[in-house]
Amino acid sequence: MDWQAFFLTLRLAGLTTAILLVVAIPLAAWIVLGRSRWLAGLEALAALPLVLPPTVLGFFLLVLLGPRTGFGRLLIGVIGHPLAFSFSGLVVGSVIYSLPFAVQPLVAGFASVDPVLVDAARLLGARPARLVRTILVPLARRSLLAAAVLSFLHTVGEFGVVLMLGGDIPGATRTLSIVLYNQVENFDYSAAGRTAALLLGLSVLALVAIYSTSSRGRRA
Amino acid sequence: MLDLSLDARRGGFHLEISARFAAPLTVIFGPSGAGKSTLLRCLAGLDRPDHGRILFHGTVLTDSALRTYLPPGRRSCALVTQEPALFPHMKAGSNVRYGIPEKAAGVWVKRVEEALELVGASDLIDRFPRELSGGEAQRVALARAIAVEPRLLLLDEPFSALDGTAADALLERLKPWLAERNVQTLIVTHDATDAFMTDAEVALMKQGRVIAQGPATEVLATERQRLLAHLQMG
Repeated sequence: MDWQAFFLTLRLAGLTTAILLVVAIPLAAWIVLGRSRWLAGLEALAALPLVLPPTVLGFFLLVLLGPRTGFGRLLIGVIGHPLAFSFSGLVVGSVIYSLPFAVQPLVAGFASVDPVLVDAARLLGARPARLVRTILVPLARRSLLAAAVLSFLHTVGEFGVVLMLGGDIPGATRTLSIVLYNQVENFDYSAAGRTAALLLGLSVLALVAIYSTSSRGRRA
Repeated sequence: MLDLSLDARRGGFHLEISARFAAPLTVIFGPSGAGKSTLLRCLAGLDRPDHGRILFHGTVLTDSALRTYLPPGRRSCALVTQEPALFPHMKAGSNVRYGIPEKAAGVWVKRVEEALELVGASDLIDRFPRELSGGEAQRVALARAIAVEPRLLLLDEPFSALDGTAADALLERLKPWLAERNVQTLIVTHDATDAFMTDAEVALMKQGRVIAQGPATEVLATERQRLLAHLQMG
């Protein structure tokens, strides 16, 4: 077992999930509470990684973050190195790739909060940030858990974006999915079986956690 | 004093109102579907009219021509509806505290206790909404509305879960408090007896319009005769 890749994968998934929750909570609240006509476009943009082939997304990010574009050159100037083929680059790619897996459960959760409660909070003077913090998030906490678990698992399992944007650098960008791919390519099926079983175990564990929480919620 | 001129179309329904409500207590009476709740939602800032203007003591709350829509929480206005809309994850005390500004943190305990006492719900402070009956929840919702010390109080059949005697008693307890603080109050009802119980001005609404306004005995003369005939028959 490649434990270095295992811990790197966990670190990548953990960091990505944390960033995604920070980004997705206000974004989902804006989609649910906002009045702007641009919100449909914003929601579509946030869902784009669902339908875009991961290799295509990885390629666009590779070009965008590299020295071929003005934005990429600016970024390199600021942080001192290209984001591509680095752990930070993988985090950026993972956040974009897993964005819909965080945003969509939160949009569904926030939208299911009774609108009369939202009206009541607004009448009592709650501004959007307080409304989200004190009403939407506590009442949609199961959606928050679902968003966190799905984002984490999706990041653990990503392959196309990682390969395109990060390559296969041990200790920096080699994740479990890349390890599995390498093991299969080298016909090391017993090692590949162990890696695949670990990924499967992580997924099952997380899904059981989600469903047990939501069934507890239904019984309550 | 509330001056309004509103025009709002909602599907096949058309709300078209031009009125001035100057009395401390106004009962808005009308059948279901007359537009009473839509009117209150527009006044509270939860709904935007297609066209129109709302002035409260000369302050513009809504002006579609100027694209001015003061947000609900900045209108010095509270709305209590038939559905108490208590936050289910907070105890009654926290619900009542919710609208009290953070800077008033030092005085919130007193304000919460006063509001709950006024509506006869002091003993409910530590209960969650799921532990309250319909009438208790409506009392707490009313306490939450008055705890913010609004200048305009909008009540949309807020005592529907209370029996007639309890509702009347609650309104009687509330009246001096409202008068002392100069809070203008609009109560929506479709029950004519509510309108006769108070000495309030009555605005009669039908099909999205205010068709009469004045003392209950004048505006609801027909309703009064109908009620008396009903009682005699009974």
